[in-house]
Amino acid sequence: MQPFTRLDGLVVPLDRANVDTDAVIPKQFMKSIQRTGFGDNLFDEWRYLDHGEPGQDCSLRPRNPDFVLNHARYQGASILLTRANFGCGSSREHAPWALHDYGIRVLIAPSFADIFYGNCFKNGMLPIVLPEPQVQWLFEEVAAQPHYSLAVDLAAQTISTADGRIIDFNIDPFRKHCLINGLDDIALTLEREADIRRYEESRRLLEPWIFSET
Amino acid sequence: MMPTTLVEKLWRRHVVHEAADGSALLYVDRHLVYEVTSPQAFEGLRLGGRKPRHPRTVLATADHNVPTTTRSQGIADPLSRIQVEQLSRNCKEFGITEFGLADRRQGIIHVVGPEQGATLPGMTVVAGDSHTSTHGAFGALAFGVGTSEVEHVLATQCLSVGRMKPMLLRIEGELPAGVTAKDLILHIIGRIGTSGGTGYAIEFGGSTVRALSMEGRMTLCNMAIEAGARVGLVGVDQTTIDYLEGRPFAPRCEQWNQAVAYWRTLVSDAEAHFDKTIEIDASDVKPMVTWGTSPEMVAPIDGCVPDPAHEPDPVKRAGMQAALAYMGIEPGTAISALRPDKIFIGSCTNARIEDLRAAAAVLKGRHIAATIKLALAVPGSGLVKAQAEAEGLDRVFIDAGFEWREPGCSMCLGMNEDRLVPGERCASTSNRNFEGRQGAGGRSHLVSPAMAAAAAIAGHFTHVPESR
Repeated sequence: MQPFTRLDGLVVPLDRANVDTDAVIPKQFMKSIQRTGFGDNLFDEWRYLDHGEPGQDCSLRPRNPDFVLNHARYQGASILLTRANFGCGSSREHAPWALHDYGIRVLIAPSFADIFYGNCFKNGMLPIVLPEPQVQWLFEEVAAQPHYSLAVDLAAQTISTADGRIIDFNIDPFRKHCLINGLDDIALTLEREADIRRYEESRRLLEPWIFSET
Repeated sequence: MMPTTLVEKLWRRHVVHEAADGSALLYVDRHLVYEVTSPQAFEGLRLGGRKPRHPRTVLATADHNVPTTTRSQGIADPLSRIQVEQLSRNCKEFGITEFGLADRRQGIIHVVGPEQGATLPGMTVVAGDSHTSTHGAFGALAFGVGTSEVEHVLATQCLSVGRMKPMLLRIEGELPAGVTAKDLILHIIGRIGTSGGTGYAIEFGGSTVRALSMEGRMTLCNMAIEAGARVGLVGVDQTTIDYLEGRPFAPRCEQWNQAVAYWRTLVSDAEAHFDKTIEIDASDVKPMVTWGTSPEMVAPIDGCVPDPAHEPDPVKRAGMQAALAYMGIEPGTAISALRPDKIFIGSCTNARIEDLRAAAAVLKGRHIAATIKLALAVPGSGLVKAQAEAEGLDRVFIDAGFEWREPGCSMCLGMNEDRLVPGERCASTSNRNFEGRQGAGGRSHLVSPAMAAAAAIAGHFTHVPESR
């Protein structure tokens, strides 16, 4: 996995609560058997005026001028600022894949849906939970200042504004460790082979039917 | 011993290694796999030179992408076909049991697992699909995961999981006539909101839940995720055990007796501590219809669409305004004035035999309104379809003007040909009314099977009529 340590990036505000993963990447693009190539279809139904299907050249499609990702001032953004319960609904990892492919590395919101939150870490992305008033303040700052960027430091667990204000954030220490070092979760678990074997042996005695061949 | 919640009992039983922060490496007993969220996981295994640790714990079937019309011609959409064929190739290569399209056991993975007895009490069950919460109805710890975790479980049979706080939804009393488990869960989501369960495992308890069939309990747990909870649970009782006896993957003979003795302990102890408890009076629940683009935007059949102007929270108000604009509905509209164009009876929420019976009871001797463009009945599995046909339900649906289809996820998410066109309104027994969920620009109203049938006949949402 790609490590994440720090990022100095442009912020794009998506001022909606309960953004679901169907909106992040509509179902027709989930027919791909790849992990990449979803970025052009990120927020497809909000971003384009026509109906999107896989395999189109998205540079030729009519864009929705009202959608924030299409505003000139937010081009090149790598930090998505949004509202509560972002990523609710489907467990599709295609949602973080699409955000990552587009260039988003950090998401800031008052809350995230559980499955989406976990999926971000598997893809070298950092979802940051901040209290509602701080998120509201950031929305106001982004609106007031063109090319508003933030510096995120995972080791220090801080977000710094250009004028030197610092916002602290919390993160689970194990997730932080894995993200900073870009660790492969599967390799980590396989280091516990002896534990897994021991577990299987003792459980087999308690619930043999779980281990029978069917 | 300290009184313990069901989720805590299941958790402890599966801990392979516990971290200092309370999270744990949990052992996974059953892994359900389908075509959309697994190809990248199998590819990851190949790239890493790894193999599934215990292929026998995996059960696969294609459901999201499959046509519900005749299958003799195969799958027309080349991308869907590649994905379904890739699942078969992966299962063959890694020695995984798959119910292919020609197999009568094929169907929606969350219908197939329980139907086969592949979901058992006391198990941990995962799948790359958020509605895996369904299987919690059996006293299992079941939750949806992403594709990276699908690969992780295949390779290691384990998963790192953070603690979930136990929440009890205690529902007491008798549901009024015409009110079902679907109405109950929509009522609950309307009350606690779509993030009310975030971070929690929701146990559904109380006399109302005890009186529900396994199908009803599955409907409740299925939509726990729509309240934000990855896990929904119901304690084991005689209803659970009766449902499982004799199922193909269930234990037999001496092991059955041993299993049942253990399963009976899979209930929350009296006095167990829950981080949150919510009491619901079943007699307050009415037939429910969603009016917006989130399952929490829901009202009873005799209610009206709320006015965003009365909502004090600006973020919520903006959400309601956007939803009403998308849905093409004015504030204050009576729910019973909403007129669907299409009807969808199906999905992992409501495509089991009991759901089809409930809809058929309303449809029998009646016909859908002239304004209904399409009414689909999509059984949850080939075996549900066969049972419904043995009971003559297919004739009831067809005589009423419905199309009787092959099993799959179908119009719940419209990955196959079954979808809404922009502006179309649908009465749907599925689980998500998100923008574009059932087709770009489509407008979904989530309801019970009986309400979908009633709306099909009347041409608008209405109280469920007495069966003829």
